[in-house]
Amino acid sequence: MALLEITGLSKAFGGLRAINGLDIYVDEGEVVSVIGPNGAGKTTFFNLVTGMETPDEGSIVFDGQELVGLRPNQILQLGMARTFQNVRLFPAMTVLENVMVGQHARTRAGLLGAIFKTPSQRREEREIEERSKEVLSFFGTRLAGYRHDQLSMVLSYANRRRLEIARAMATSPRLLLLDEPTAGMNPRETIELTELIGRLRSERAYTIVLIEHDMQVVRNVSDRVVVLDHGVKLTEGSYDEISTNENVIEAYLGRPAEMGA
Amino acid sequence: MSQVVDAPVPVEVELRPAARLDMRRAVRLGLSGGVAMVLVCAIGMVAAFQPRMLIDPILPMGTFFLYLLPLIFGWTASQPPPTLEGFEPAKTGARNILAGALAGVLGGLCVGLLLIVITTWDLRGVFINLSPQLAEIISFGLPVAAAIPVIALVAGVVGALGGAIHLLSPRPRRATMSALAWVLVFSLFTDIFGQLFDALSLDFVIDFLYTGRGGALTIAGALVLFAVFFAFYWWLGGRESTLRQRVQAMPAGRRSRWQIGAAVIILVILYFVPRIMGPFVSQILVTAGIYLLMALGLNIVVGYAGLLDLGYVAFFAVGAYSTAILTSPQSPAFSPEISVLASIPFVMIAAAIAGILVATPVIRMRGDYLAIVTLGFGEIARILLNSEWLAPYFGGAQGITNIPDLQIGPITFSTPQDYFYPVFLFVVLAAYITYAVQNSRWGRAWMAMREDESVAEAMGINIVTAKLSAFVVGAILASFGGTLFASQIGSVFPHTFDIVVSITVLVIIIVGGMGSVPGVVLGAIVLIVLPNLLREFSEYQFLFYGVLLIVMMLKRPEGFIPSRRRAQELHAEELSQDAWLEIYGEKGLEEKVPEGTT
Repeated sequence: MALLEITGLSKAFGGLRAINGLDIYVDEGEVVSVIGPNGAGKTTFFNLVTGMETPDEGSIVFDGQELVGLRPNQILQLGMARTFQNVRLFPAMTVLENVMVGQHARTRAGLLGAIFKTPSQRREEREIEERSKEVLSFFGTRLAGYRHDQLSMVLSYANRRRLEIARAMATSPRLLLLDEPTAGMNPRETIELTELIGRLRSERAYTIVLIEHDMQVVRNVSDRVVVLDHGVKLTEGSYDEISTNENVIEAYLGRPAEMGA
Repeated sequence: MSQVVDAPVPVEVELRPAARLDMRRAVRLGLSGGVAMVLVCAIGMVAAFQPRMLIDPILPMGTFFLYLLPLIFGWTASQPPPTLEGFEPAKTGARNILAGALAGVLGGLCVGLLLIVITTWDLRGVFINLSPQLAEIISFGLPVAAAIPVIALVAGVVGALGGAIHLLSPRPRRATMSALAWVLVFSLFTDIFGQLFDALSLDFVIDFLYTGRGGALTIAGALVLFAVFFAFYWWLGGRESTLRQRVQAMPAGRRSRWQIGAAVIILVILYFVPRIMGPFVSQILVTAGIYLLMALGLNIVVGYAGLLDLGYVAFFAVGAYSTAILTSPQSPAFSPEISVLASIPFVMIAAAIAGILVATPVIRMRGDYLAIVTLGFGEIARILLNSEWLAPYFGGAQGITNIPDLQIGPITFSTPQDYFYPVFLFVVLAAYITYAVQNSRWGRAWMAMREDESVAEAMGINIVTAKLSAFVVGAILASFGGTLFASQIGSVFPHTFDIVVSITVLVIIIVGGMGSVPGVVLGAIVLIVLPNLLREFSEYQFLFYGVLLIVMMLKRPEGFIPSRRRAQELHAEELSQDAWLEIYGEKGLEEKVPEGTT
């Protein structure tokens, strides 16, 4: 059975059908890329899956559990974490704190524990810090050392994207949803991030769904590619299959002129 | 990985000359200063302060505050522009003094104009403070034609002095300014120093410094104070930073011993403060402590969790009224008459319930909407307490009286001096809670929620719990304030729990520094202690708050003692490329554009 199984998912904003009867599945351990032209409904798809928006119709089943109707924090609790297309860190918190927040759902200490400094609270606090540093060490020297105590707002663009991934990793997810992880990166950073996505799977065994425009990245990391256009699934298959599919080329490049609109 | 790193080659960069002091800015500031001086006269501040002498017989308080303005504006007008990358540091010289003097003279001329207006027309029908007495004060008793040049001259000299401050090198500048500040403190707070020297049986010091108990400084006293403090700060030089470094360099064990020692000394001093200062000052300190307690609570709600609560006074009222109902024999409906101490757990429960009641309807609200709704709640609380409908329970406008004093074991707290200690204890408790929670799981959750609520929720934070808990913690801290207030005053009335309390508490944390405990403490001192100590000021308290808020928002939006993160947040862009372009924009770019491209 698939880890994530979506059937008949629909969402309209006023008259615009952003997602229209979408069926998608993701198997455990897979890396699935979602591609499509601008406005195809990719980010809306992520928002629906993570509970940040409520679908009009359809069902989203994650690990045997229906997600529709759950709050975003409950969905995260089940083991799904995301990043955002327009990086959304907690700007006035330090790098380390951003990652520590990620473990909120996996820890239990309450306010009274903090006020009375109970042994269990102190132990947990230590563990949160250690685990956060461990997660940051996944990014090599990029987010190490003195960077831990820097506010996330002072980071470079590429580092902010890395930190967002680190924050998502800290939530101990099974499924990672990455929204355009290479957007705005230079070619070298893009290559580095492609490798990183590979390592996320090989070293950490995450199942990954990513939205991506850079076809090099899509080709290098994905097992399967799903193509969206106007809220419906155009086609899916391996990179080679979809890269030669006429419908896909048409959706990206437009119809030939003689066929009319 | 070993890498050969080239030694950095010192690059000789030719620095551009710094921008010259802008005289147009001095003119602008001089006119603004003039408007401010006229306003200070027109609202009656000068005339109201005049009877009080600061330094007998040469400096009455009214004149002092009037001519403080040209000093400030002269200082600002001659402030050298910031040193930017690639530019020489600005040179100081006669131009600074000139700019200060220019600003001062312009300000003085505005006052001269006011003098002509007052003496020519009688405007007291509208501006009741534009009286002949005011004319007498600002003209130094001279005829108008002679007075105007004198005013302009005095203001010009004061402005020039303000400008001249920039010419001093750091050490004498700091010594001069600190010494002047101390002389001012000694002249403003004569009561306190009177009490202090009295308690230390140093009557001869009072006799030398002041014209009498509670009187003004004598000229000789002022000069001696200036000399003593100048010498002290000159000697101090940079020693305190060396001392701080030395303390930091100490091994942890020794350092903590030093810190404990310092804490003990501070506690001992604090123990004697109310005894030496007497009931008047102690009452002010108790009031300030209750405000501080509320400010620390609101700091958690607004500063950490980012929930702008404008009805915070409601929780203060809940604390005060639940103590009143539980302890007073006069409580109309239900009067168990337990002791104040025993009421505290019930007060906490009542406050927690109130916090949940307020927070529940606003769970899905953000920012401005939340502020408006909480503002409404604050008013609803006051109106309900005042209503005839609930008078059988809360006593309506008559309130509840006969609230007993706080009693802990055999000790009864009755005078303001006694109440200083429990208030201090609760403030310490609130400060501790603030620190403990700050670096904890929920503290981080609150901050994340403040930064971006939807992302915080997507990262696994239960927004409902986070908001409720922030409101509840804030409510409980405010309710402690209410309990102390009720038992100290002995009665509670609805009109006490006015919106003004909410606003004052909010101003304390904004001015002090949101999210920072030392900042909030300083905010409470500046906004509650100072205006109450200076009785002349009390009429102008809200004017003072307003001016302070505007100046702070323009010059130091992060507050007096900001938390590290807010300081960084608000000044991240400073002196960056944008600032560079803004100041040197056209000129800088013109030089860069190669010829022939335009």
